[in-house]
Amino acid sequence: MSEQELPGLLILDIGGTYGVQENIVALLKKHFCLITMKEFLENKKEMSKKIQSVFVSECRPTVDQELLESLPNLKVIGNSGVGVDHLNLKMISNFGVKVTNTPHAVADSTADIGMALMLASARRLVEGSQIAISPHTKYFAVDWLGVEVSRATLGIIGMGRIGYKVAQRARAFDMKILYHNRKQRRKEEEQAVGAHYCEKMEDLLQQSDFVMLVVNLTPETHKMIGKKELGLMKPTATLINIGRGALIDQDALVEALQNNVIRAAALDVTYPEPLPRDHPLLKLNNIIITPHIGTATVQAVQMMAEEAIANMLAVLNGQPIPSEVFPK
Amino acid sequence: MEDQKLPCVLIDCIGEKHGVYEDHAELLKEHFCLITMKEYNENKTILGKKIRAIYMWYHKPVINEELLQSLPNLKIVASSGVGIDHLDLNLLSRYGVKVSNTPFIVSTDTADLGMALMLASSRRLVEGYQMAVSPDTEYFPANWLGAEVSGATLGIIGMGTIGYKVAERAKAFEMKILYHNRKQRNKEEENAVGAIYCKKIDDLLQQSDFVMLAVNLTPQTHKLIGKRELQLMKPTATLINISRGLVVDQDDLVEALQNKVIKAAALDVTYPEPLPRDHPLLKMENVLITPHIGSATKKTRLLMMENMTESIQAALTNHPIPYEVLL
Repeated sequence: MSEQELPGLLILDIGGTYGVQENIVALLKKHFCLITMKEFLENKKEMSKKIQSVFVSECRPTVDQELLESLPNLKVIGNSGVGVDHLNLKMISNFGVKVTNTPHAVADSTADIGMALMLASARRLVEGSQIAISPHTKYFAVDWLGVEVSRATLGIIGMGRIGYKVAQRARAFDMKILYHNRKQRRKEEEQAVGAHYCEKMEDLLQQSDFVMLVVNLTPETHKMIGKKELGLMKPTATLINIGRGALIDQDALVEALQNNVIRAAALDVTYPEPLPRDHPLLKLNNIIITPHIGTATVQAVQMMAEEAIANMLAVLNGQPIPSEVFPK
Repeated sequence: MEDQKLPCVLIDCIGEKHGVYEDHAELLKEHFCLITMKEYNENKTILGKKIRAIYMWYHKPVINEELLQSLPNLKIVASSGVGIDHLDLNLLSRYGVKVSNTPFIVSTDTADLGMALMLASSRRLVEGYQMAVSPDTEYFPANWLGAEVSGATLGIIGMGTIGYKVAERAKAFEMKILYHNRKQRNKEEENAVGAIYCKKIDDLLQQSDFVMLAVNLTPQTHKLIGKRELQLMKPTATLINISRGLVVDQDDLVEALQNKVIKAAALDVTYPEPLPRDHPLLKMENVLITPHIGSATKKTRLLMMENMTESIQAALTNHPIPYEVLL
């Protein structure tokens, strides 16, 4: 099939700071005629009609009203990643455009990062590594201690695909697992990982040594962890966030960490990303922050592109769509 | 409580850099009359005869022949942790002194740390943290990637209590698990964690994405991993050491990392500890080092103290010693 017969796919850029990396570009080119934002803007008249799909990766390109109005043949926004809080689903739907995400591709790597953050925080891994290499270190103090992960209680808020994979991993550490979710899981699913349902989030917060946020960001979950929730947690507890930054009231978190209301926090996500360089969270010593690397593995990036491609092609070919996202 | 009724136990000191923790000392004093090295040195003639046990916390006090000669009633040395490579077992045996360690209590925390190091190294966690907090960071680069742990191949060298617990954890990450051990484990144990035995260490080294060392240090395992073994590993592989620094030939490791013979290393143990501040391992980007914290949790250290107390009490009342180290 010649390139012109392939459906047009808009991407931000090839390579560069925010662009799509080379091997993913090669994958996309097998099924689409790629058009970068630059090419589109330089030749709107011709390009606009060709574009039937947009590949959104790490929130780029921005899909706004202006863009949607200029793409008359747009059928689908294929998002790489599972979170779609950066997309205005209602607005996009009003243009008759579908939105798809990649829930399967992200699950393992994101669950892994949740476990990595929990272990690193509990065992003070970052601090320890700094001591190990510091020019000032003369000896290793024997009374330098962390807290146990094995046999502790993990409270998972959000027991979707990722939350369940976290539970599977945590079970192997003999952790006691509590979870809070919109819907209770089936008995077999609960028993397979030894998870106990907490209908009230408060019960989970009060009993957990580690609280892990694994929900998506919606108006209902926005700032779901605030001063009240942090106050309910044990003073020895750790908060881990692998969902979205805005799930947490960040000012309340700063206060809680400064006053030892909770022991520590480990965040793969913040609001915004990156945080302003003078943000108080950056100055605390009982926090680990990672730069939103939940799906930052060679394997996950490849799998997300493949899942996005499959979804977009399904829309364009009028076939059942594996992972369509609907506005509420 | 009358001090004389409690058996006398020699310790290095309380608090300070290497001493017995203050809260542990309070609990120990309920069972023992604690004598510090300082007190002993000030009154050797009288105290020497009273001391019946040594509570060795993190390799201190140091035991030599001179000390053993001055403690005629010494029955047991209770050593913290599972490693006993720092003790001269032959010397102690000649003086009829028993030895105990704390073998099982450290296993879970050490296995947890092995997993923590594997995940942190593979996902570039420390690097990522530095980027997240650096004053120079303006944006998070798009194509900054680590490697997946889930579904990868883990080769465990040393499938004792700690190695097996690592396997249990790794299984939940759907890792393929290979292991090399002096003895093959029985079928049920292998099946429970999906572990495949590699009689030849070479087979394990060639197939693994992560190689984790969980052996104890003996003359046989000294420099077990050297140039040859590192070259057998994949260039994309990571070496993780939660055993003892001397199990690895450190000079060979430095060379292998510099020449990208392997991808990375994550070490909770080195030789010596700490490394000299000008050691090349400290400057390498693809090396993660932690300050020997395999058993460094409050709960575990308390349980270690309790184990040691039990062993001392058993030795002094001529009962079987729960955690005796036999030659």
